[in-house]
Amino acid sequence: MLAALSINWQTITDGVALGAIYALMAVGIGLVFGVLRLVNFAYGQLIMAGAFALALASQWNWPVWAGILLCFAVVLVLSLLMERLVFRPLRTQPPAVMLVATFAVAFLLQNIALLWFGALGKIAVSLASLNRPVTISGVDVRKITIVAVAVTVVCLLALVLLLERTSIGLHMRASSMDFSTARLLGVRANRVIAVAVLISGFLAATAAVLLTVQTPLVTSDFALSDTILVLAGVVLGGLNNLVPATLGGFAIGFASGLLGGALPSNQSQYIPTFLFVAVIVVLLLRPSGLFTRSGQAVERL
Amino acid sequence: MRRLDALVQVAVPALLVVITALLGTLVSHANETYFINALVNVTIVVALYMFIGNSGVISFGHISFVALGAWMAGVLTVPQQAKPAIMPGLAHPLEVTTVGNVPSLAIAAAVGGVYALVVGLPLMRLSGLTAGIATFGVLEITHNVLRYWEKIGPGLNAFSSVPETTEMLQATVGALIAVAIAFSYQRTRFGRLVRATRDDSAAARAVGASVYRQRLIAFVISGAVAGFAGGLYVHLLPIGSEDVYLDLTFITLAMLVVGGTGSLFGAVVGALAVSGVDSFLAVAENGVHVPGGTLDVPVGTRYVAVGALMALVLVLRPSGLTGGREVSLPDWIRVPLMRSDKVRS
Repeated sequence: MLAALSINWQTITDGVALGAIYALMAVGIGLVFGVLRLVNFAYGQLIMAGAFALALASQWNWPVWAGILLCFAVVLVLSLLMERLVFRPLRTQPPAVMLVATFAVAFLLQNIALLWFGALGKIAVSLASLNRPVTISGVDVRKITIVAVAVTVVCLLALVLLLERTSIGLHMRASSMDFSTARLLGVRANRVIAVAVLISGFLAATAAVLLTVQTPLVTSDFALSDTILVLAGVVLGGLNNLVPATLGGFAIGFASGLLGGALPSNQSQYIPTFLFVAVIVVLLLRPSGLFTRSGQAVERL
Repeated sequence: MRRLDALVQVAVPALLVVITALLGTLVSHANETYFINALVNVTIVVALYMFIGNSGVISFGHISFVALGAWMAGVLTVPQQAKPAIMPGLAHPLEVTTVGNVPSLAIAAAVGGVYALVVGLPLMRLSGLTAGIATFGVLEITHNVLRYWEKIGPGLNAFSSVPETTEMLQATVGALIAVAIAFSYQRTRFGRLVRATRDDSAAARAVGASVYRQRLIAFVISGAVAGFAGGLYVHLLPIGSEDVYLDLTFITLAMLVVGGTGSLFGAVVGALAVSGVDSFLAVAENGVHVPGGTLDVPVGTRYVAVGALMALVLVLRPSGLTGGREVSLPDWIRVPLMRSDKVRS
């Protein structure tokens, strides 16, 4: 069935670019899960909101930096609102209830966008020049691939520094290991959660900037299928730990980018089926995830 | 007395269904569709309730059973001569077989049940978050396959030429069947056992209940009812693969949550209440006369309203409008009756 697979450097770099963006999103989802035990279905809608901000900025002919600034502002405000209005009142509910609640928020935001911007969507063109290729030893690499990988590496390094070297990072690691004990020891729950949500929003805004370069047409379901795949990837890697979650996100992005380019379209249309069958098999065989070490208690984050 | 309580518990939801149907016969033909649709929604939400409500495990996958039921009932009832035109790639056995309306609904229920069994055998070992993600995966797979596999249906096209047999009577009977099955199930040994695993799984295991087996039974029965509902749905509108995907999953879950996950009464109330709001806004999107002028809301308002309603209910009243309780007689009727019961015995 995979006879027609044509892997070359081109499809591999496409896979790496998508994998890098998915890894960012995976970290955003994993961070919030760490402190809140909440899988945020509405993460894609944060990215969608950021993408609309970029599209509006390019429609108003704002300079690129102002558009990016607007994108970050919109996503961060929306993340904080989401935390305050939905996550906080539901914090004591079981995880399944919170999952349904974020599902509701996702649906709500998506339809507000549909109402506001219409079904045709808007186009974000300000960063389109990054789609031009540069040739590295005979392989055409689009600039966005390099930018995406660089941005992801920088973001992840900064996050590691924050978690390992600052006191708020220590608080976050402590809360994701054992929230109630951390609170007893003086960690302020609301502050830790707000910081986690803010960082997660920051990563969503970054993903929005990168994704709009690849897909300039922004509609209300922008990033929806990406988020579903990333969620699958995060679960695949292991939700309880940030590094496996990131690897899972990268792996699923890489796989879908690679297969999407390498398979003929009558096979690549079934990629979601392959990926989700893999997810279900992993959930059944290794419920704690593919990239976690089994047999020992793992430290979350 | 206990028999009377039981009668009230099934009669009130059934009565709500019948009242909705009667109201639907009073309105114009164009608006009748909304009432029929509400009754089909009741059937789907009752199916959801049978699993989610009784077992306490979340499922994002039930619309897969609705979808497959709809696909089979649709494919098998398209008139023979119309099949090559709208479904050119159809597999041979499906192409040469055509059945009537009622058999198609029975097949839809059977297909839904069998699919739920196949999916449930591995998946019912999971619970909580993992069950949510895994059932969501099932929805994604089903949608992906139905969308592109033209051997079993119309693929990207909508189901045109399916006889539109889901009239008011059929929708009412369908919803009543679903209510009756759900009620009977929750009063059997199996229904009580699965509720026991929901309320305290350790205690239920201690008295010998198998959590896995009870959940599987609930999943299969509710899958069959969901498949049946899919059959009703495809005979109501020319649906396509996008109509039995995320939007329907969301709106039916919203109905269940708004009504109250824990009771059959909640499922029916939620389905009717949210359908009511949704239908009203759908009409209002085309302009509707209300006291004091014309209400004209922009297209898309309905989903925003339903989403906001669901989020509000989850935040303010997580147990739903009914509080997850079945109906019971008010005390001023109950108490005198109980006294006369005691006198007689």
